[in-house]
Amino acid sequence: MIGYLIRRLLYSIPILIGVCFLTFVLFYMTASPTEIARRNLSAKNPTAQQIKDWEHQHGYDKPKWQQFVDTTEGLFLLRLGRSDSVKGERVMTRIKESWFPSFEIALLSFTAAITINLSLALVVAYFRGTYLDIYGTSLCVFMMSVTYLVYIIGGQFVFGRLLKLTPVAGFLPGWESLRFAFLPVVVAVISGMGASVRQFRTFMLDEMNQDYVRTARAKGVSEAQVLFKHVLKNAAIPVLTTSVQAIPGLFLGSILLESFFNIPGLGNYLVDAINSQDFAVVRAMVFIGALVTIFGYILTDISYALVDKRVRLE
Amino acid sequence: MQAFTSLFTISNLVPIVAIVVVLAGIRRAGRQPLWAEAYRRLGRNRAAIFSLVIIGVYCFVATLDSITWKSNALAQPESVITHLFNAMHVEAERTYSAPFAKMTTGEPHPHPLKGWHVLGTDGSGNDVLLETLRGCRTSIIIGGFTSLLITPVAVLLGMLAGYFGHRVDDLIQYLYTTLGSVPGILLNIAFLLVLGPGLVNLCFALGITSWVDLCRLVRGETLKHRDREYVRAARALGVRDIRILVTHILPNILPVVIITVTLNFSSLVLSETILSYLGIGVPAGTGSWGNMIDAARLELARDPIIWWNLTAASTALFILVLALNVFSDALRDAVDPRLRSS
Repeated sequence: MIGYLIRRLLYSIPILIGVCFLTFVLFYMTASPTEIARRNLSAKNPTAQQIKDWEHQHGYDKPKWQQFVDTTEGLFLLRLGRSDSVKGERVMTRIKESWFPSFEIALLSFTAAITINLSLALVVAYFRGTYLDIYGTSLCVFMMSVTYLVYIIGGQFVFGRLLKLTPVAGFLPGWESLRFAFLPVVVAVISGMGASVRQFRTFMLDEMNQDYVRTARAKGVSEAQVLFKHVLKNAAIPVLTTSVQAIPGLFLGSILLESFFNIPGLGNYLVDAINSQDFAVVRAMVFIGALVTIFGYILTDISYALVDKRVRLE
Repeated sequence: MQAFTSLFTISNLVPIVAIVVVLAGIRRAGRQPLWAEAYRRLGRNRAAIFSLVIIGVYCFVATLDSITWKSNALAQPESVITHLFNAMHVEAERTYSAPFAKMTTGEPHPHPLKGWHVLGTDGSGNDVLLETLRGCRTSIIIGGFTSLLITPVAVLLGMLAGYFGHRVDDLIQYLYTTLGSVPGILLNIAFLLVLGPGLVNLCFALGITSWVDLCRLVRGETLKHRDREYVRAARALGVRDIRILVTHILPNILPVVIITVTLNFSSLVLSETILSYLGIGVPAGTGSWGNMIDAARLELARDPIIWWNLTAASTALFILVLALNVFSDALRDAVDPRLRSS
């Protein structure tokens, strides 16, 4: 197991280098440093010397491969550097400031989604073959077919404008943040509900057709006991793996939610950086995103092996 | 005469050819026992037939919107739908108007309308029904063209990785793991910034992120088939690798590929709206439900609420995606009953 983990970690190094390279190439294709300098220098008509100074200050005057090596090395040592914008603040400072809103919303929606979806899937699986099951699965397909945007606009309209229960968008620190987090969390849970409940239900039904379930029933175990004790335990394996897979998505997956609800989190920071072509920030954030994603994959494998003793990591 | 000759252009030929190819492919597949059986099962499924009809209607509207001609030598080429609306005198108005209304909305002094608008008009006075119908073409192109782009690439790379293993496998796995490690929406945004806005570029940007899953799946399937007896027998008989891949393994993994591509179609259609909402989707001027929904976001705050724009676009989108979801589920069940989800 330890050997496997070490190998996975070593394997992630070329992938991270690849991610850095991809970001590097893509950004050099969108904008040249001179353009970025022109945009960021506060003087209206920067002289050639000013642009040169700016490029030198941000290290854009070196040969391209040298830049790539330098920045990648910095990222691997978690020296995230400074933003290319006028203020030139440290990326790490911004991350420290804005991780909390992202984390709060991600954590709330993750726990809420798992609890609700799993309970609903259990109910639907318990009543399989009945009208409840048929209507439930149809409702899931309906919910899958509605676009994310309608949930957001509808949620903002109903909760924010008509009922005036929650603010339409924005964020405040402290306990007040819960009021602002409510709507994004509801939207996140509801928009993913259809697909998840259907998937979890399939996991349960797959287990219900197994021999051990028939044996349990034959021994006279009640249907509820079969479902909650035997089936749930075994269905936990696929449920767990799909859920753990979603964890890296929590870090940046709320990019959309944050920009729609105007929440000052990491996702919003990243989108702003892309729009203002702040290469230094995008580079750092994409690197961290990839790091978290790879970490999530490894975590998935470990959790798989921990839950299911038959799985050996080699 | 001018109108007639301007009908024969390459851009008008493309949709016709696409439809003919798809229909021919479906007919041809029907001669094989596997697909003939699948068609029979589909035919018994009423929901599947119904959703297929709906998808057909959307495709029909999309085709009508793709065929253009000039009404006179100086005019811009316009699609069948626009010509139809012009013939019915559904002209652009000054600004918003409610469905079936006789006066404009949102002006201090409402003006009488020039025409009759079943679904009202939007902020710049365009007929909402026309805009909604024009969104069909965009959605079908995004789903269809992107699938067309990614399927050959994903199948080829996946089969090579699964069949040859070792170095080839490492390289291809590295390629898609790297792409898969960057959050998809970011890659979409970055590629659109590089390529510039446009419908075709949007398809390429969506393709970059969506081929990864298909490739992984094809690799896994090929790996399963690689050591089956029929492949070993072929190898023992001295059949070349390329031939084994194309004539033996490909037909066996094709059903799974087709099912996955159809299942993926609806999520492609949905992602167009999200990208449009972020302001990097389809350029203005091309009909797009994403742009309509984006515009509607601000309209809900107005007093009288402008609801018809949002409702028309999201309902059209909902019906298409629902039909696609129901149909692709039914197709999966019909092709391989073991994969049945219920």
